[in-house]
Amino acid sequence: MIGSRKPGIGASVTRIEDRPLVTGHGRFAGDVSFPRQLHMRLVRSSHAHGKLNSVDVTDAMSIRGVVAVWTAKDIEDLPPIDFREGAIEKLAAFRQPVLVKSRVRYVGEPVAAVFAEDPYVAEDAADLIVVNVDELPPVVDAAEAATEFTLGLSTEPTVCRQGYGDVEAAFRAAELTVELDLSIGRHSGVPLETRGAIGRYDASKDVLELHGAAKVPHRNRELLARMLGRSLAGIHLFEGHVGGGFGVRGEIYPEDILVLVAAMRLGRPIKWIEDRREHMIAANHSRQQRHKIRAGVDREGRLIAIDNEFFHDQGAYIRTHGTRVADTACGMLPGPYHLPNYRVNGHFRLTNKTPAATYRSPGRYETNFVRERLMDAIAAKLGISRVEVRRRNLIGKGEMPFKRPLVALGDDVVLDSGDYEQLLDKALARCRWEDLERDVASRRKAGEFVGLGIAMYVEKSGLGPTDGARVNVHTSGDVEVITGGASMGQGFETVIAQVCAEKLSIDYRKVRVVHGRTDRIEYGVGAHATRATVMTANATFVAADKVRMKALDVAAQLMQAEVQHLDIIDGNVVRTDIPSEATISLAEIAHHLRPASPTRGDRDPGLVAEGWFTTDHMTYPYGVQIAVVNIDSGTGQVHVEKVLIAYDIGRAINPMLVRGQLVGGFVQGLGGALFEEFQYDERGQPLSVTFADYLLPTVQEVPDIDILLTEDAPSTCNPLGIKGAGEGGIAAVGAVIASAVDDALGSIGSITQLPITPQKLKAMLDKHNRNGMTREQS
Amino acid sequence: MTERIEICLDINSKVYRVTIEPRKTLADVIREDCGQTGTHLGCEHGVCGACTVLIDGEPVRSCLIFAVQAQKNKIRTVEGLQSEEKLHPMQESFIRNHALQCGFCTPGFLMLAVGILEKRPNIEDGELLEVLSSNLCRCTGYENIVKAVRAAATEMRQRK
Repeated sequence: MIGSRKPGIGASVTRIEDRPLVTGHGRFAGDVSFPRQLHMRLVRSSHAHGKLNSVDVTDAMSIRGVVAVWTAKDIEDLPPIDFREGAIEKLAAFRQPVLVKSRVRYVGEPVAAVFAEDPYVAEDAADLIVVNVDELPPVVDAAEAATEFTLGLSTEPTVCRQGYGDVEAAFRAAELTVELDLSIGRHSGVPLETRGAIGRYDASKDVLELHGAAKVPHRNRELLARMLGRSLAGIHLFEGHVGGGFGVRGEIYPEDILVLVAAMRLGRPIKWIEDRREHMIAANHSRQQRHKIRAGVDREGRLIAIDNEFFHDQGAYIRTHGTRVADTACGMLPGPYHLPNYRVNGHFRLTNKTPAATYRSPGRYETNFVRERLMDAIAAKLGISRVEVRRRNLIGKGEMPFKRPLVALGDDVVLDSGDYEQLLDKALARCRWEDLERDVASRRKAGEFVGLGIAMYVEKSGLGPTDGARVNVHTSGDVEVITGGASMGQGFETVIAQVCAEKLSIDYRKVRVVHGRTDRIEYGVGAHATRATVMTANATFVAADKVRMKALDVAAQLMQAEVQHLDIIDGNVVRTDIPSEATISLAEIAHHLRPASPTRGDRDPGLVAEGWFTTDHMTYPYGVQIAVVNIDSGTGQVHVEKVLIAYDIGRAINPMLVRGQLVGGFVQGLGGALFEEFQYDERGQPLSVTFADYLLPTVQEVPDIDILLTEDAPSTCNPLGIKGAGEGGIAAVGAVIASAVDDALGSIGSITQLPITPQKLKAMLDKHNRNGMTREQS
Repeated sequence: MTERIEICLDINSKVYRVTIEPRKTLADVIREDCGQTGTHLGCEHGVCGACTVLIDGEPVRSCLIFAVQAQKNKIRTVEGLQSEEKLHPMQESFIRNHALQCGFCTPGFLMLAVGILEKRPNIEDGELLEVLSSNLCRCTGYENIVKAVRAAATEMRQRK
């Protein structure tokens, strides 16, 4: 299949995005330049917490080439960075100012901005700025007692609560209670391209432009217009190539506001490109949570109740997402299992670290780890197998759609379709689970620390409510699909082109897909929350269908045939009722629909149509991950040998790209499971600021990954039946690796924290060895 | 600001005469002064490898050397891989094997792989993986990069 030229849905065709990217013609933020541009460099706080006394910019201003230096007093009229959803009264006081006013709250916080003719000069000048701070004691542990954020405001702005049933009564009735204290480390998306923003003001049209946009250009446009007091018509965002998104790119940060405001006030384009150290301390962090969770089960291991108290380490401020990550954690924690009674209290805590927000599979990477740890613990306590305990708790196919009295991403949770047990069985068969168990057991006997892990999970995708697209067939026969989607490298253009090509029966390579341009289409959902394919592809499908109908209508007139006797084959309308040589191409039809064309009749000009897709609920793909790991007892290093990802996608538009998402996501997730952590010392100083101390997985850490992609449960939420793949690879990595490492350790110890570093494992193994026990004896 | 000097760089067999500060890195000069923006900067401390170019055939991190140090050498960047419209087998193989997603690390991987295979067409597979582990990718999980490089290696050997 791979490389085949079958045009439409279901074909693993190569990507239309690739040629410019392999020839060096990509246009990433750093590649965008405008004549007379200035370069911005930020001075950042080197204290985690303190009172800002003064910022001395005298020496910096004296350097040739420096045009301006701004501190908070130069932009006093600007509001703090707002929430994308609009005002949230209760949280308003915790928003980040564009530049520090009176108190620094994390290392990396922007204190001053230098604007200079040359980026090297801007950096020279920034080094000469003297920031005077009286240090205050920092908060570095979100689970300690809350303190004062500012006068009268606590470092716990809110507690995210969800739940249903009678939890207390359920625990009284439970046969067994299992309690765990579990932590997920602070890590994040860390795309290979750092952030970048280029602001430009076109005074001739009174239009402000932000280049280097990503993720949600249309929604960000609304946020920026609101913050800057501009009309929507007076601001546009432009997305070029984006070097990885993963949740952190395309948020609105202080730097985005600064380049826009400076472009207007200094009258020149402003370019800012983040360096890697800045990225590690200034772009959104994510994940850090500590869960104190308790489960009550019956004697067969069926969940009766879960009571969870967790501490979400938000960092220094609440950014554009508000409390979304913690809310999602609450709403998605139960996963694929029945859970009659549930209570969760998420303590949303501010600390003196880099602010946190979404990272690919937010709230699920964390809670899949927590819930699946719990399932393993229940199995161990009751002496039943880890597979069996899961099987007994699964929601059945016949119960779909399954409504949960919970909310995720502001959407009532209704699991739309799925046969979880079928996928479990398929996964076990595919990896030969029983053989793996035997193999692991015999290797253990021979002294190896080898383990087998399993995790089940439900993902979410296709957040609505609505998206639109416009399909335009030009008189050349080329087709343009104008979308409000966005691309961060997932293959968006190809997927949309395939859907359009399917409907119009044309070569997908003739389709140009426009995205990330607020000046081309009024609305757009962008690309986040695994929604781009689900929402925009369905909208494209509707628009392309309208174009098809219009083309057939014109062709019927020209060919003197009934519409129902016409079809489009290879971009030409043909008759299906009688053998006929007569054909008419889409290009010719577009020609007949020119404004001045006499054959147009009373139809609107152009072979063009707009389509909208609206959905009530998200759609829920699901998966099973299985892993075999081997611990080096000498170093404590975990080697992941083998992985299976079984995933039901509903319907795959391009299986090759889906596989790419799943494998890529899994390997990224391995980082947070084994290597990556933003560490801080007790003074709140970040210790992981380069790629030498924050370790991304390399080619050497990649296991043999098998993908079982199934289409057993098409979504009932959209006509194409599709569900998303973007976050399905990463969602359960922490869970499955912990399960496997735990299994390898046997009773030596259990895994309660991510990442599972060699230091921690080595300490466990050494302690065990000092006690002179073998695994079997202990 | 330090004094600017005039230097010549030979990039993809074309000579660029540029006036720069001596402290400017090769990567910045290639991108900003020579306009060849296919070479990317991912970390500027020599770890990620996105800025890999070939200097006299050797893969080099262009963020770690100054442009003035490369005046006497032949520099090759991703823009020089194809011959006219025809893509290099490594570029073709990356497309065919879906070895890129966002494409930011891709030029670095292409130059690294081409550099090593031109010098050592019969490199042993374990060693090839060792070499490829010197660059970072955050999207693909590397599986398809490895597949693409292996396939291109076979093709490059056959073309010899």
